[in-house]
Amino acid sequence: MATAIEFNNVSKQYRLGLVSTRTLSHDLQRWWAVSVRGKEDPYLKVGSVNDRSTKADSEYVWALRNIDFKVEQGDVIGIIGRNGAGKSTLLKILSKVTGPTTGTIKARGRIGSLLEVGTGFHPEMTGRENIYLNGAILGMTKAEIARKLDEIVDFSGCARYIDTPVKRYSSGMTVRLGFAVAAFLEPEILVVDEVLAVGDAEFQKKAIGKMQDVSQGEGRTVLFVSHNMASIQRLCRSGILLEKGSVSYAGTAAETISKYLSEQVVQSEYQNPNPQANQKLVLLSANVSPKTGSLIYTTTPIQIRFTIRVNQPVGHMVVGFNLMSSFQYPLARADYNDQNGAYSLDPGEYEFLFEIPANTLSNGDYKIEFDVAEKGVRNYAGEQSVLTFHVDIDEHSHANTFSENISSKMSIIRENWLVKYEKQ
Amino acid sequence: MNETQEWTTVIQPKDKLLSVDFKELWRYRDLYTLFVKRNIITQYKQTVLGPLWFVIQPVLTVIMYMVVFGGIAGIATDDIPQPLFYLAGTCMWQYFSDCLGKTSNTFVNNSGLFGKVYFPRLITPLSNVTSNLLRFGIQMSLFIVVYVIYAIRGCNAHLTWYLLLFPLLVMMMAGLALGFGLVISSMTTKYRDLQILFSFVVSLWMYATPIVYPLSLVKGKVAAGFDLYTIMRLNPVTPVLETFKYGALGAGEFIGWQWLAYSFVFMVALLALGVVIFNKTQKSFMDTV
Repeated sequence: MATAIEFNNVSKQYRLGLVSTRTLSHDLQRWWAVSVRGKEDPYLKVGSVNDRSTKADSEYVWALRNIDFKVEQGDVIGIIGRNGAGKSTLLKILSKVTGPTTGTIKARGRIGSLLEVGTGFHPEMTGRENIYLNGAILGMTKAEIARKLDEIVDFSGCARYIDTPVKRYSSGMTVRLGFAVAAFLEPEILVVDEVLAVGDAEFQKKAIGKMQDVSQGEGRTVLFVSHNMASIQRLCRSGILLEKGSVSYAGTAAETISKYLSEQVVQSEYQNPNPQANQKLVLLSANVSPKTGSLIYTTTPIQIRFTIRVNQPVGHMVVGFNLMSSFQYPLARADYNDQNGAYSLDPGEYEFLFEIPANTLSNGDYKIEFDVAEKGVRNYAGEQSVLTFHVDIDEHSHANTFSENISSKMSIIRENWLVKYEKQ
Repeated sequence: MNETQEWTTVIQPKDKLLSVDFKELWRYRDLYTLFVKRNIITQYKQTVLGPLWFVIQPVLTVIMYMVVFGGIAGIATDDIPQPLFYLAGTCMWQYFSDCLGKTSNTFVNNSGLFGKVYFPRLITPLSNVTSNLLRFGIQMSLFIVVYVIYAIRGCNAHLTWYLLLFPLLVMMMAGLALGFGLVISSMTTKYRDLQILFSFVVSLWMYATPIVYPLSLVKGKVAAGFDLYTIMRLNPVTPVLETFKYGALGAGEFIGWQWLAYSFVFMVALLALGVVIFNKTQKSFMDTV
């Protein structure tokens, strides 16, 4: 197979903090060092690796460092990694929105990029006018758009409103229209950022179907970034795992995903290292554990326990958590006031206990993200407080089990909804 | 397979200085016409009075000039009726400053769009300069209406053959505004304080251009040891404006071909510089805005 894209030592450096401060002086320093004294650029050296958990000791960070890989023609490659691993930067460079600091990327064929749907839509203009505008922004000619107009309108499902200004569209319709235009782009290489996260379920299915057609039927190369492991698994053949701006793993999509998941450290306990007294609300500690025994089985009730301190009463308080699958699917939500109608708590320390009944979750990995928040203002539970846990199959249980790791996921929540069955 | 096939896209840190991709610009010509269309449509749709504003603004400006410069300061207008004289200058200057303002804010105003998709950024200022012609056209119609009224009532103003240069003059105005705007826009992405500087430089610039006074008034005047007449003519906008006023109104005298040529060469050089700097900026500006 021929190579479609080749990354040669691509690096990208960013500055932290306010860009407009001291820029003039930095530029003068750089100019002094490079042009006058003939030395190396002083700001190219000092960059530290992009690691968000430690505070940067330098003003410059490498968002990408020595990215070096090849993508074969017709391949559908998923790029995964934690937030800040450099995925979006990589796509931005590929889309020519920003240039690399060093290194080159070579590609065969046009690169069409889709970092956002409906880029450049103007609310005052009609759907039809926006199709033309958006298409042209994405690099299509007027004639090309005119030829595909009917198909685009049809795909978007907005035919009735096509001569209505887009400001009267619902947000879902706007997204559908935007995706419809993008779906009919015909570049040899397609770069797609998390655009499938928008729109309703039916449309997502349609969009994924269209993406599959593009890659399989028409032999185009697709680079796809997503947090949603399920859609990566469904769409991509191979994968690239980015970590702190470098490629840490490359292989098939399934291998890359399991590598990514295995590197996620299991954290079943959280202790706030530095409870701030001046914060209105503080999450002090949290843990997730089985009600009995030391391991969580599908047959064990799961207990989520956490303590918070209310320093100042808050108008509309939110205390609860989201249960997510390791694939980042939101599964369930629980709040302290779902049943009792409370909306705030007096100052003091509170301990909460939640319990997920036995036989609710199938085996697999899960995440709990806490909300200790003033509604619409701020969530005081940081990213460090995210807990993870693993549910194992109970060997003694005779119940049917579903595995989250099989590629076509059947279900995650197992409910005992059966009322009866009898022989007729 | 076809490993020998050439790389068609190469992305690298910095291009050579003079690598403006005109072919690419041409490929995106449909985007240019669509942007022009968008600008015109949205200008109409967002206001209650719509294009009427284009007329109200110069009318109020001219009335103000008549009171301040014609009335209080008593500055002569080359024997041309004041409204005609001021309107001619204001319409031309308005087009220039509109284009300059729009162009110099290209990066700041479009950072959302530029951050998501690539197209030759030059398309944006080019389409702005073009769509501003609509407003200019409406204001010129106002000028013609006022002109006709005065011509019927009888006045000194008369057309000369130099009016045939009008298309060239408009093009030069657009070119100068675009050139300055491109240079400014590239500089302001990095140093925002320059934006403040440029915005008042442009408003002062108007007074260095013969709009509220005729150039003939400056003849023989000396300030701080400099011959003001020469300095005024070095302002590249002056020859354009003077030629227009002479052509349309017969005001004063023709500034001379050498000055018009100077202005033209200035425009071409500035435009070339602007395009090169702009092209260099478009690659890295997303990191600085």
